[in-house]
Amino acid sequence: MAEDDNNEPWEHDLEDPEPFHHEASGSSHGRGRGTPALYGVMAEFDNPSVLVAAARRTYQEGYRRINGYSPYPIEELSEAIGFKGMTLPLIVLIGGIVGGLGGFFMQYWMEVINYPLNVGGKPYNSWPAFIPITFECTVLCAAFAAVLGMLMLNKLPQPYHPVFNAPNFALATRDRFFLVIEANDPKFIHREVLQFMGTLGARDVSDVEV
Amino acid sequence: MPIEAHNEGPIHTTAPVAPGLTFASVTDKISSIVLKRKTPVGWFIGFAISFVLFQLLLLTITKLLFEGIGLWGVNIPVAWGMDILNFVWWIGIGHAGTLISAILLLLRQQWRTSINRFAEAMTLFAVAQAGMYPLMHLGRPWLAYWLFPYPNTMGIWPQFRSPLMWDVFAVSTYATVSAIFWFVGLIPDFATLRDRARSKPFQIVYGMLAMGWRGSARHWHRYEMAYLLLAGLATPLVLSVHTIVSLDFAVGIIPGWHATIFPPYFVAGAIYAGFAMVLLLTIPLRKVYGLESFITMRHMHNMAKVMLATGLIVGYGYIIEAFFGWYSGNRYERYMIWNRMHGPYAYYYWALILCNIITPQFLWIKKIRSNLLVLWLISIVVSIGMWLERFVIVVTSLHRDFLPSSWGMYQPSTWDWTMFIGTIGFFFTLLFLFLRFLPMISIFEMRTILPGAEVEE
Repeated sequence: MAEDDNNEPWEHDLEDPEPFHHEASGSSHGRGRGTPALYGVMAEFDNPSVLVAAARRTYQEGYRRINGYSPYPIEELSEAIGFKGMTLPLIVLIGGIVGGLGGFFMQYWMEVINYPLNVGGKPYNSWPAFIPITFECTVLCAAFAAVLGMLMLNKLPQPYHPVFNAPNFALATRDRFFLVIEANDPKFIHREVLQFMGTLGARDVSDVEV
Repeated sequence: MPIEAHNEGPIHTTAPVAPGLTFASVTDKISSIVLKRKTPVGWFIGFAISFVLFQLLLLTITKLLFEGIGLWGVNIPVAWGMDILNFVWWIGIGHAGTLISAILLLLRQQWRTSINRFAEAMTLFAVAQAGMYPLMHLGRPWLAYWLFPYPNTMGIWPQFRSPLMWDVFAVSTYATVSAIFWFVGLIPDFATLRDRARSKPFQIVYGMLAMGWRGSARHWHRYEMAYLLLAGLATPLVLSVHTIVSLDFAVGIIPGWHATIFPPYFVAGAIYAGFAMVLLLTIPLRKVYGLESFITMRHMHNMAKVMLATGLIVGYGYIIEAFFGWYSGNRYERYMIWNRMHGPYAYYYWALILCNIITPQFLWIKKIRSNLLVLWLISIVVSIGMWLERFVIVVTSLHRDFLPSSWGMYQPSTWDWTMFIGTIGFFFTLLFLFLRFLPMISIFEMRTILPGAEVEE
């Protein structure tokens, strides 16, 4: 499943609220005209095992634009929705390399090229003495790459998101677990999705408006 | 201070927290300290005292800026007095936080979860105190930016071959990375507080800090990766920082400093002092806030054991120092060790041996590890011992070096002490604010170690 191996945001936007042009399609799926646009259908669960089982079934059913929400990281959940996301380590690696080379050559340029100064007869390029700062620059840049890369890939900060409209969603940061099938999933037919989600063992299924 | 002096039930359980906790109860209990529960009277008293002491720091710094560092007791030959030893003391305390949050995470020590947020906060606040000392010791602190390599009209660059420059980079990198590591750890908990807060200002502030975190599976996936990578970066970083701090000494040719044992010996000492401080703070804290089910006796035992182990490494360091002084065959090194043990500062040295080597030996006994009052007192003794260690290293080597005509004595001035007490005040001021406004235990990480958190197939 090559298309699922790299579903980072620029591949196809899974979390972006903008590209939902389904106002019209919403009505064709049986929702009346004048109702607000639909973001997706959300099921609410009591425990992580049921959520992961439900996510697996939803994925097997052929839905792809799905997402889970949980109060703590669940490794199995991102697997179940077919998310691999290996971009971040690459960003951190690049950050570290840039920091390391930048740190070393900054010192090299300053001490050897721009203003060579004889300090106690030591060579201009005293590379062993440059290593500690090179190391610190490596760590600093890699750490910034990790944090900023994570925030960028997650598209944070993002103060508003449709899922916040879901009933009980405030409990997603306490003890409730959620699964959403987004309305722009190619297989999304409102009535069928509602019916399917009803069979997942959820305590509640509801529409989420944009 | 309310400290329990008896054993609190079984300690050798496999679960890292007390039984019977659920996602809801963990969330509510920890967030209610910030959001709902009445602030304990002790908090107001503690904060008031710390804040008053903090004013002492501001007063000292103000006077220092007007009069120069002659205000302190430093002079030739002891130009590095309390300022450098307090710098090393504070930064060493900070290292336990990084050890708990990063190294124990990589080693999959689940018990760290209850104390890592708190220990990281301690790191950050301790590094803030540490950073102030070299800054003020510059003499003209308003020119501190000269330390950074920026293109300037003088057309010159910093001297990168000097350990003091390494120190600038190491400490500023450490402070920055600790801060962002801490903040990243807080993001999901900010979201929890945002969703629990009742009052509008709290909702807005926590909402902004949470940046719209919603617990998406994709977000968690990248988040976990970022957190793990940060831990992997912070681990060598913390070792490098104290190594570089020790190189400030070891690169110099002063007797007693120029030794290869310094980096590992300093790192072990830092962790030793840091765990003492974590114990010193958590023992009263868990009692006051009723967190015994999160921070259990198992945590106390583990921390006491780490303290004992690092204490033994530090003891090995002292023995090697003495051995090296003799084995070097160098008369200055030999004299330095003799002077430490019998010279004018001998009472500092023997007090140090008593505090750092003899006292922690009691931790071999399980009964003593279980007695929180005794454990708390041992932590205080170790904190004092580590301060004495830095005093001995800095002062006894400097005050009598190669040439007897240049020998001298060092006595900290009153302003040295007000500065030190002031930084303690500032540290506790920040700590009290942290306890009041941020979750002192990582809520989302606590959820992951609860019995119901595992996914059953």
